[in-house]
Amino acid sequence: MSEVMDITTNNSEITTREISLNMGPQHPSTHGVMHLVLHLQGEKILRVEPDIGYLHRGMEKIAENLLYWQFVPYTDRLDYLSSMTNNLAYVMAVEKLLGIAIPERAKYIRVIVSELSRISSHLLAVGAWGLDLGAITMVLYAFREREMVMDLFEMLCGARLTYNYMRIGGVRGDLPPGFKEKCADFVRIFPKRVDEYEQLLTGNRIWLQRNKGIGVISARDAADLGLTGPSLRGSGVKWDIRKDEPYLVYDRFDFNVPVGKNGDCFDRYMCRVEEMRQAARIILQAMQQIPDGPVNADIPEIVPPPRENMNTNMEALIHHFKIVSNGFNAPKGEVYSSIEAPKGELGFYIMSDGSEKPFRVKIRAPSFVALQSIDPMSRGAYFADVVAVISSLDPVFGEVDK
Amino acid sequence: MVDKDTEKDKALLEHPVLVQKIRSRFGKAIIETTIFRGEITHLVEKDDIIDICNFLKYDLDLQFNFLSDVVGVDCRPLNSSFEVLYHLYSIPRKHRLRLKVRIKENENVPSVTSVWSSADWAEREAYDMVGIVFEGHPNLKRIYMPLDWEGYPLRRDYPLVGYKDQYNPCGVEKNNKQSKK
Repeated sequence: MSEVMDITTNNSEITTREISLNMGPQHPSTHGVMHLVLHLQGEKILRVEPDIGYLHRGMEKIAENLLYWQFVPYTDRLDYLSSMTNNLAYVMAVEKLLGIAIPERAKYIRVIVSELSRISSHLLAVGAWGLDLGAITMVLYAFREREMVMDLFEMLCGARLTYNYMRIGGVRGDLPPGFKEKCADFVRIFPKRVDEYEQLLTGNRIWLQRNKGIGVISARDAADLGLTGPSLRGSGVKWDIRKDEPYLVYDRFDFNVPVGKNGDCFDRYMCRVEEMRQAARIILQAMQQIPDGPVNADIPEIVPPPRENMNTNMEALIHHFKIVSNGFNAPKGEVYSSIEAPKGELGFYIMSDGSEKPFRVKIRAPSFVALQSIDPMSRGAYFADVVAVISSLDPVFGEVDK
Repeated sequence: MVDKDTEKDKALLEHPVLVQKIRSRFGKAIIETTIFRGEITHLVEKDDIIDICNFLKYDLDLQFNFLSDVVGVDCRPLNSSFEVLYHLYSIPRKHRLRLKVRIKENENVPSVTSVWSSADWAEREAYDMVGIVFEGHPNLKRIYMPLDWEGYPLRRDYPLVGYKDQYNPCGVEKNNKQSKK
């Protein structure tokens, strides 16, 4: 009885026994199958131990046993919310290994679809974040626009989630008729829609209280922990691979890289919101600049011929048969190629022994590395803040578990 | 295109900071420097890896403050060794570098977690998948596979379909392990 009295009369710090709590793997706000072991003192977090691997499929082992071109559809299943950028990172690594260049039009198409992908991925990130913190309207608004991006991708490649659109040496097909107009419509209305999200969240008192000053990480720690993408830029580190090591044609566009100041959840949110606006700007410029021409490199040993040629052209049929059955041999060597995916630096390391299959493929997945920072970000915070921290890192488990 | 690349690669071999500065500082500890497609790789002595990493991180011309990834590779079919690769990036200087350590089977590698915290999970992954033991790692345990898992899935002698057990009826029989090699 006296103990109870002590607790109720002492207002400063109520200390109880340390308890461990399992959060997940089936939990609505862990964005997939994440299992966290939370060590709690009352409602305060002492430390967090993430436990991952529930979705491990051994992608890298699979890649070692496939021809180079056969691995492209598997990359769709990494970060399944932006399959286009996964495709892109992989085919760019293979192209670098082979030392081939792709036509200008294919580069522009790749930029357009990756930026559309960035928008759809950030929409889901912000939408799910709102859902986790109780702002349910946000996810409905986000899905309204995400649907428009999905429709565009469906026009382009027939799929809405796992696109398998990029090819080694180009893209699967040219932009279909009507795509340009529909995409221009989307880009025109989208910035106004972003303003709507901001009206819903940015000034919202609950949103501010749940995110400002939560999950703070300094610029130095963020880089040390390997954070990339919007999560790193939220801490004020201005590093965007599109700007610093421009790939495709990103050096031809005028866009800003938003950075935060405090490194808290709110700054990471603001970075994502602003990145969506910048992505729309890039798409607009790319649509204006896109040249005419082929969408695939003219290298018959590596790039399959267009389907219609195969019905009438003997050589095309032979090349197609050889690529599909034997693949192509890559030169001996090793490359690492990375892109700025919506979640951060997505890199593929490929080691080739000169055969038609990669000797080793290593995927540097941004979400996997980012999850390490849940522990330092949540220490000393309240239990409910862990949810905000997870959402602010935007992990996708297809990518974390590979 | 490819010819141009090889010429560029040759010029990179004389890079004043990324090659010459590091080589003159460490001399014999850098066994070999290779350039492929504009990427510089230093094959270094295992015992000097922490010194080299500290130098790379804190030297003002290099400033490799970002460890992108640690990769374990089972190279036994090629040169009967294992390799550990470190992909480094410098956010202020905007350059990349790859370090490579070559070890025999059952040899350990010093952990670089004291230099970059991001090495923590990356090294755990290399341990889990390829079975490379990192000395001095604060928490070296499996990360993807269950803690009681046997074998290292990304080794060459590990079957693609896994070993047969109650959950995996299509797997390879365990006692065929020797003959598979």
